[in-house]
Amino acid sequence: MNKILKIAARNLLRYQRRTLLTTLLITIGVTAMLLFISTSGSFKAMMVGQITDSMLGHFQIHQKGYVSSIDSLPLTMNMKPHMVDKVETMLSERKDIEAWSPRVKLGAMFSNFAETTNIRLNGVDPEKEVEACPELPKRIIAGNKEKLFERGTILIPELIAKGLKVNPGDSVVLVATNKDGSVNGINFVVQGVLEGISGPGGRDGYMHIDDARELLRMENDEISEIAVRLKDPASLNQVIKEFDSNMAQLKNQQGKAVLEVHGWDKLSPFANIANMIDMMTLFIKIMLVSIVLISVMNVMIMAVYERIREIGTISAMGTQPGTILKLFITEGLLLGIFGALIGSLISVAIVFFLQQAEFSFSFGRQSGLVLYPELAIKDIFIASIMVIVVAVLASLQPAWKASRMDPITALRHV
Amino acid sequence: MNLVLAKNISKSYCAGDVEVQAIKNVDFAIEPASFVSFVGPSGSGKSTLLNMIGCLDHPSSGTLEVVGTNIKDLDRKSAARFRGENIGFIFQDFNLIPVLTVEENIEYPLLMVQDWTAAKRQQRIKELLEQVDISAQAKKYPHQLSGGQKQRVAVARALATHAKLILADEPTANLDHDTAYRIIDLMKKMRDDYQSTFIFSTHDPKIMDAAEIIYTLEDGTLSKQSGSGNHE
Repeated sequence: MNKILKIAARNLLRYQRRTLLTTLLITIGVTAMLLFISTSGSFKAMMVGQITDSMLGHFQIHQKGYVSSIDSLPLTMNMKPHMVDKVETMLSERKDIEAWSPRVKLGAMFSNFAETTNIRLNGVDPEKEVEACPELPKRIIAGNKEKLFERGTILIPELIAKGLKVNPGDSVVLVATNKDGSVNGINFVVQGVLEGISGPGGRDGYMHIDDARELLRMENDEISEIAVRLKDPASLNQVIKEFDSNMAQLKNQQGKAVLEVHGWDKLSPFANIANMIDMMTLFIKIMLVSIVLISVMNVMIMAVYERIREIGTISAMGTQPGTILKLFITEGLLLGIFGALIGSLISVAIVFFLQQAEFSFSFGRQSGLVLYPELAIKDIFIASIMVIVVAVLASLQPAWKASRMDPITALRHV
Repeated sequence: MNLVLAKNISKSYCAGDVEVQAIKNVDFAIEPASFVSFVGPSGSGKSTLLNMIGCLDHPSSGTLEVVGTNIKDLDRKSAARFRGENIGFIFQDFNLIPVLTVEENIEYPLLMVQDWTAAKRQQRIKELLEQVDISAQAKKYPHQLSGGQKQRVAVARALATHAKLILADEPTANLDHDTAYRIIDLMKKMRDDYQSTFIFSTHDPKIMDAAEIIYTLEDGTLSKQSGSGNHE
């Protein structure tokens, strides 16, 4: 193999400019793809992290049918206390669960005694909520950032704070209708203002779960949902699958499953953007494959055409067709290897630069988001293998043609 | 035993709609360690005959045995293997591999065709470089050599694997007279040293005189005459 490698490498060096241009094309393709993967991956990871760590958790558990009616925050579809106990037992038995937070979700009228608007609220245990959504405190843009809130206080979304000119420390009144249809109102003090983020729940307020139950005049400890945080977010699908099968055992009197599990991607529209990013990555990969395929095939076709007499000579000398095939495929292989190697090195250097530079950008209403691209070894490996395989495939046809060439015709070629 | 034995061989091929008979019912026998020339004008069938002897082509009819093998029995792969083991080629345009040095060109058939060990290869290359008197050019690439030097390398390469038969199609056509004679002398010396059979084609009367046996081809038919064996 060494002898073939040596001759193939020298043949590539024989046409330096062409080899350089082809390698450059492959390098640009690999670099573009890896940079896109790293930056889009960074954006995706940041947005997903923001959604899961400050709002949704990695997955949520609801009574069956709650999510499809979630816009109206139905109080009649809350989970009963005995079910909550069973689910919490299941959660506590699992080692891959980091934390969970039971929530009571409600809609209410929010009044500053002069104006009134609608507000969506999450009634939570502050300590459990911070364990399940550790980035939530960072969304507090006004008020006491050290403490999430305590009983009698609420966190309100930025839009309502601005719209109704409410500041931390102001008194407000919340009026809610309970599931029996009666109305209750309670005064609260605004503890802080929350920055809005993309997705459902991104503009919700927060209050203590006991205050929520009091406002709704709940007689028992029902909850609307449980937000769960995983130790390893990558295990989400596996955990959901296992949880789904476990919870199928929790049935009502009619023998039907009463609970359901939804990953963050089923709850947030950002999952569609994430899917689009994945789709764009696929298209970039297809473009890279096309670039490599066309450029390597072009070079190899030219190489075979220009070396027809040489092929005839080595064939006449007794070189086996298989060896001639290997010789040309190795040239394609080397082009792929060098293109992938240089492209990967340049990508790593650029990603390192971007990490140091900490460029910021805006997304929707959010500004000051810092771009921190990361390049996984797996991505470099996949891109490199893809390029090398395509380069070899692109060489196959010209190499096959060379190996099947009639030596007499080849030797007569001018 | 004859090294090459042709019995009533013919070769025809199609040129468009016309069938051309390049070789017509030819018989000949060549013994080992001969120095043979096929002569004739362009289009007389010299190259066609050499191609068949070199197992690059098959006769349309008749039997052609080379080193005891009927070449009709050889398929593409076995023909390549047979050439690698028994036949060396010298070309009019030298056909050295441009990306390899002189010694690497000589090494090529030992490495890529016969897979000799490194030590044996080095010994053989050294011996051949000295024999054809191009040791000083061992590290040079073909583009750094004169025509005569290139053909010396080609002769060494053809002999590298101890080929029993060396075929040279117009080996002196691209050389000046003095160089051409020196190449023919070298080929003859190699024949003497290694007892390989040299068969070459030419249309240069002075060169053909160097052959010990001359076959003259005219319109695909063959006649034999003895040569003087020298070109003086």
